[in-house]
Amino acid sequence: MKQGILSDILDYANRANPYPLYAELRKTPVFHDGDGPYVISTYHHIQSLLHDPRLSSDARNLAANAGDPLAGAEDEGAAALPPSFLKLDPPEHDRLRRMTNRPFGPPHSPHRVDDMRGFLHTTVTGLIDNLGDPERIDLVDQFAYPFPVTMICRLLGVPREDEARFHVWADTLAASLDPDPDADPKEREKKTHDARMELGMYLAGLIEERRKNPGEDMLSQLAVGHGQDETMSTMELLSTAALLLIAGHETTVNLITNGMLTLLRNPDVLQQLRETPDLAVPLVEELLRFEPPVQLLPQRTPLVDIEVGGVTIPKGSSMWLILASGNRDPHRFENPDRFDPYRKDIQHLGLGSGIHSCFGAPLARLEAQLALTELVRRLENPRLVEDPPPYRQNAVLRGPRHLRITCDGVRPA
Amino acid sequence: MADTALEHLKANGRIVVVGASLAGLRGAETLREKGFKGSLTMIGDEPYQPYDRPPLSKQALLGMGTAERTELPRRRDIEAEWRLGVAASGLDMAARRVKLADGDEVPYDRLLIATGVRARPWPNPAEAELDGVYVLRTRDDGAALARRFDEGPRRVLVIGAGFTGSEIASACRERGLEVTVAERADAPLVGALGGVIGAVAAELHRENGVDLRTGIMVTALEGDSTNRVRAAHFSDGTTLECDVVVVSLGAQRNTDWLSGSGLGAGPRGIACDAGCRAFDIRGIVTDDIFVAGDVARSPHPLFGYQFLSLEHWGNAVSQAETAAHNMLSESTERRPHIWVPAFWSSQFGVSIKSVGVPSMGTEIMITQGSRAERRFTGVYGYQGRVIGAVTFDNSRWLQFYQQQIETTAPFPPPFPTVDRRPEGQKPLPADFPDPSLPTHGPTVTLSGYSPADRRLTFTPAGH
Ligand SMILES: Cc1cc2nc3c(=O)[nH]c(=O)nc-3n(C[C@H](O)[C@H](O)[C@H](O)COP(=O)(O)OP(=O)(O)OC[C@H]3O[C@@H](n4cnc5c(N)ncnc54)[C@H](O)[C@@H]3O)c2cc1C
Repeated sequence: MKQGILSDILDYANRANPYPLYAELRKTPVFHDGDGPYVISTYHHIQSLLHDPRLSSDARNLAANAGDPLAGAEDEGAAALPPSFLKLDPPEHDRLRRMTNRPFGPPHSPHRVDDMRGFLHTTVTGLIDNLGDPERIDLVDQFAYPFPVTMICRLLGVPREDEARFHVWADTLAASLDPDPDADPKEREKKTHDARMELGMYLAGLIEERRKNPGEDMLSQLAVGHGQDETMSTMELLSTAALLLIAGHETTVNLITNGMLTLLRNPDVLQQLRETPDLAVPLVEELLRFEPPVQLLPQRTPLVDIEVGGVTIPKGSSMWLILASGNRDPHRFENPDRFDPYRKDIQHLGLGSGIHSCFGAPLARLEAQLALTELVRRLENPRLVEDPPPYRQNAVLRGPRHLRITCDGVRPA
Repeated sequence: MADTALEHLKANGRIVVVGASLAGLRGAETLREKGFKGSLTMIGDEPYQPYDRPPLSKQALLGMGTAERTELPRRRDIEAEWRLGVAASGLDMAARRVKLADGDEVPYDRLLIATGVRARPWPNPAEAELDGVYVLRTRDDGAALARRFDEGPRRVLVIGAGFTGSEIASACRERGLEVTVAERADAPLVGALGGVIGAVAAELHRENGVDLRTGIMVTALEGDSTNRVRAAHFSDGTTLECDVVVVSLGAQRNTDWLSGSGLGAGPRGIACDAGCRAFDIRGIVTDDIFVAGDVARSPHPLFGYQFLSLEHWGNAVSQAETAAHNMLSESTERRPHIWVPAFWSSQFGVSIKSVGVPSMGTEIMITQGSRAERRFTGVYGYQGRVIGAVTFDNSRWLQFYQQQIETTAPFPPPFPTVDRRPEGQKPLPADFPDPSLPTHGPTVTLSGYSPADRRLTFTPAGH
């Protein structure tokens, strides 16, 4: 899989700043080398491919020899389960996503996310209260990780007393997404496998119990089901719950951490956010453009030969859509490498687009807005301890593994 | 900077906008955006600041918002002199003056006409005057109708099952009101989307408890002794008791005030070139009069240069922006209005969207999803190319089909798609009652994304 620029992108050495590589890539908007994937890096191409019904998200449509260095990399987590709707095409995708959306968003549950505001706030406040020694804070371990997992527990209706166990499973599964060259692969695999089994059994039990005693939580409502679509099978429910868990917290961790990192690198903006908390809304949008938590979408394949930018991509090929590159495309955004929360025209690709656009977007946005506003409000004179911070191995779900900061104190809530 | 006529116009000119609604407001905002510093006058016959109409047949009728609260959001301050509640009554092209109904005259250097359309009234004036008979175009109409719905009428009759009529029927059902819809064609939405889609719309009506009567006409409305409507008579000899009637028979262009002015304005709208400059009656393009929105009729190169009159929200915005840009540009910098028509509606819980000109289509193919599930994409074909598309709850794919239209992609689409079902294997006749087929002509395709790099490619006929 040594393919020059693609292996450079996957190379950990470039994790802290992959953007120059993307700029290089954009010179060949449809990049293809040997038997590797077709890599799309410009905004308009990505945007239109995300709306192209000839493109499948279902790995079963990949040709046997599609040659994707990322194939399967982040899929192991769900191996025993049927594919989640993220990896399905319509109509199955639509049916599952629609059923999942019913207890989550409008029109059926317009208030679900907004009603979580109070709980979000309490959780953020609690985490900040407990940061401990202000001179030694790891924002990832102490804040950005626990926060979204707590929210997912709340959303799914995981009882308070089980949350600690749930956090451990979530952490283990999250770690499995990051290939660790130093660890014993056998042992890691076993740990991951065990965590997955235990989490699966736990969720299955919870689903069973919610079928009998439904509450207001999402899992209950998914388990009971309503309307024209029949109820989800237990297996489908497990896949969906696993998707909500993994996709929902892996990405939010990075959104929050990248956010703080960016703010600490742009102290004037940090100060503006402290003075004008309303800035959080456009700021998070700009963040999704500037440092998107999902850098690229590796699993797309055409159902038929298609032409993109003058290049014919054969049916069954593996394609990568580099969202983070599209977001920095100078043909689409003025001064793309500048972080500017006052930018007017900000139709970024950070949450994808089309039918697979981020399901959890409303919650992720709210989480990040709140987290960042509260952090800058309460941390006194925060500073980075190291820049760049150590990154996670993962090139797709990119973000710092640790974000060590120091500050003069933590203001009371 | 050189003191060209254009610079002078920008600095000290007088621009008048007639029609203070969506197109008028967006046009005015664009003028300021482009650096127009002169005087700007907004003339509107309604007494209100610009407001939005689509919610009038949706949220407002459902009681989810009121007709009074649909002001259009402002993109920027326009520092205009507002002449609201007074109609423009005439135009003196030679003297460059707009005459107002109150006797005033307003001089202009450039004029933007955005007077839109009004609801076509019930043809019998005495019957139209009956208490309980409504049309729905303005905020006042919307407020009055919503109030009447609040009173819980026993039965509403909607005459005409186009988009607005269907939305009204949908709102009635959602509020638990009994509603009958009378439509002359064989199904709702037939004029816009054809019979194949009309059949789906008819099922939607009926499933939701609408008493849908098609292939029928209302011949008379009948009032009681207090002049309140009490019944309607149909062409099949039947009578229906109803206490509210909503006449939803389409629209008429607001061009009467221009009669005799010498401008090429008539019942089909004001003809203009692709740059939004109005034609005079001799077919000569004016330099200082621009038109935008529902009242305009402009040639679209992508659709055989047909003069299209579009009653589409998005068209009004885009055309106003183009008109404003061109009003302040040298001729070489002017841009054509080559917006690809797009329309949305929501009814019976289904979001319906279309792009292109479906009504030009002779065939349709369901390329994704299924009609039975009310979730599908239909692609319209005309002479072997894709000319339009419609989606029911499937709009996330629409952008792709828009590109198919822009690039004159072949019809039927020769490729597989996700969610292709057996019914999408071959095209069906689109089944428009009266297909108005343009003659075949040269082919034009569109490319590019931002307005500045939108390009037309021309392929002569016979290619
Ligand atoms: C109930 C309803 C629902 C709709 N729903 C949708 C939808 O879902 N999707 C969609 O795409 N479109 C929809 N539309 C259409 C959309 O609202 C129009 O395309 C849009 O309003 C056109 O804007 P305009 O500024 O060109 O015209 P208008 O909004 O009609 O404005 C013209 C204005 O000019 C005024 N005027 C007229 N004559 C004179 C005169 N002589 N002097 C001064 N002023 C004058 C009029 O009173 C009016 O205020 C809907 C329309 C209605 C009525």
